[in-house]
Amino acid sequence: MAAVKDFNGKVLFLDRSDINTDEIIPAKYLTEITKEALKPYLLEDLKMEGFDPSKDLDGKSVIITKSNFGCGSSREHAPWALEVNGINLVIAENFARIFRQNMYNCGMMAVELSSDEIAALFSEFSGEETTISTDLEKSEFTLSSASGKSKTLSFTISGFDRTLVDHGGWVGYADKKY
Amino acid sequence: MGKTIAEKIFDAHRVDSPEEGISVLSLDRVFCHEITTPIAINDLVSRGMDRVFDPDKIKAVIDHVTPAKDSKTAEQGKIMREWAARHNINDFFDIGRNGVCHAIFPEKGFVRPGFTVIMGDSHTCTHGAFGAFAAGVGTTDLEVGILKGVCSFKAPESIKINVTGKLKPGVYAKDVILSIIAKLGVNGATNKVIEFCGPVVEAFSMEERMTVCNMAIEAGGTCGICPPDATTVDYLWDFIKEDYADKAAALADYSKWNSDDDASYAEVIDMDISALEPVATFGYKPDQVKTIAELEKTPVNQVYIGSCTNGRIEDLREAAKVLDGKKVADSVRVVLSPATPDIYKQALKEGLIDIFMEAGVCLTNPTCGACLGMSNGVLADGEVCASTTNRNFNGRMGKGGTVHLMSPASAAAAAISGYITNSSLYKG
Ligand code: SF4
Repeated sequence: MAAVKDFNGKVLFLDRSDINTDEIIPAKYLTEITKEALKPYLLEDLKMEGFDPSKDLDGKSVIITKSNFGCGSSREHAPWALEVNGINLVIAENFARIFRQNMYNCGMMAVELSSDEIAALFSEFSGEETTISTDLEKSEFTLSSASGKSKTLSFTISGFDRTLVDHGGWVGYADKKY
Repeated sequence: MGKTIAEKIFDAHRVDSPEEGISVLSLDRVFCHEITTPIAINDLVSRGMDRVFDPDKIKAVIDHVTPAKDSKTAEQGKIMREWAARHNINDFFDIGRNGVCHAIFPEKGFVRPGFTVIMGDSHTCTHGAFGAFAAGVGTTDLEVGILKGVCSFKAPESIKINVTGKLKPGVYAKDVILSIIAKLGVNGATNKVIEFCGPVVEAFSMEERMTVCNMAIEAGGTCGICPPDATTVDYLWDFIKEDYADKAAALADYSKWNSDDDASYAEVIDMDISALEPVATFGYKPDQVKTIAELEKTPVNQVYIGSCTNGRIEDLREAAKVLDGKKVADSVRVVLSPATPDIYKQALKEGLIDIFMEAGVCLTNPTCGACLGMSNGVLADGEVCASTTNRNFNGRMGKGGTVHLMSPASAAAAAISGYITNSSLYKG
């Protein structure tokens, strides 16, 4: 069984909805046949004022964003590009179906919070360096900011999604089961 | 309580329900192309699980970058070719016989009403035009599909869109679906199936239904579905005539894949399209839609006619009507890719290819090509393309480029004038 991934670390706030998988990893890199090769290109085409992937991604392990993250192309290269950059957790109001399923299929997490909760995280934390720690057993996130603010939130993921996270993905699980 | 088409298909294919609301379905078809499949193949090989659940249910094509443009794409093709050969996947379409996946697989009769279909490609929703449940998936789902013939889905809620009225001349299925996406928004149908019904959809050909279902994903939809009817039977007849005494018998059988009158929907939307004008997208999201008239005189550098949305014979006919006897403007380059070899041959027979070449259009072999900005017509920074494809995302057809999605007739009009304008076929 593959190891459970790491869901802790510094947060990258992306203040936009409908970020599509072409923005996460452009099609021209789909000729790569290893995940590692995708690493330098994450969010290269993100359309967002002032965003610079070469600086803003540095050291980040979690993304917090608005709604419909991962829409568009089915490419699993999108979660892979996140994974090889050490980002295994994305928190949003909601996700596009295929992207969400790809995340759990890879043993990564796409967690939904209400739009009010997301709005509160943006207003309280997005202005400064913020770190998240995840307690899978309690289904809780704790955010802490450089200036000493702290907040704990609970989240829900379905039992089946949790099974995939625990198994490190869908292939091993399905091969045993079906 | 009655059931929707999608619910009926789920009931007929469910092999497991690992938790409430999640169904693992058996698959009738697993479609594969060379961009998302090689990684799945390599992973199966590295896990010592290089097997396929049923070679007859797997159909494969090299379509995205063909002929290969560099060593990496050549390698992707090689992995597909060798895999298809070692697993006896007989329906494998390689160069010379290949076409865009969502055009060639329907053309070969691979999709039937009531089928479950997955592919590592988001526009797999196209095949719902046949009354099938067809969904795009990622590489891991594809991998398990290849290995085990199953895939998990959440219970499908459906949105029913009832399209009524009469289309004006010069207004097409593409304009209808763009205006539906504008109404729903890019997130409006996430996790839902969009059922397209009503007199306008009933009058649509299979090609027009495919154009509509193709873009269901642009509103977030899992699948688009059109109820199967006599048009479906006519289209499939050559492939199914051994199975049924006559067309009426086929229709009677397929009609079990119709939603019940008392089925429940997340939403029912009535849309009268009588006043609809030709439209196009602006910006970087497919729900950003304006009329062509509002975008009038927007200059374009390139026109692209092709893709799984609008690269079929009916599309080429409409483009040819506009281009007949005309010349492409000096300021524009026009690239046209018939979506399959059969479409190409038919266009040749009908004299359409002559019309295109006389006008100064560059014809390419059947391929996805420019649609995803990997080959055959990539845009330069700051360039604008009028395109019959389905995505106007930032960078989609080339870094820094802008894409306006529209019908083939509108794209052809832009080819002649050098800017966005209504086609001569539009009678407002
Ligand atoms: S034509 Fe474009 S949208 Fe269709 S399958 Fe090919 S790349 Fe995807």
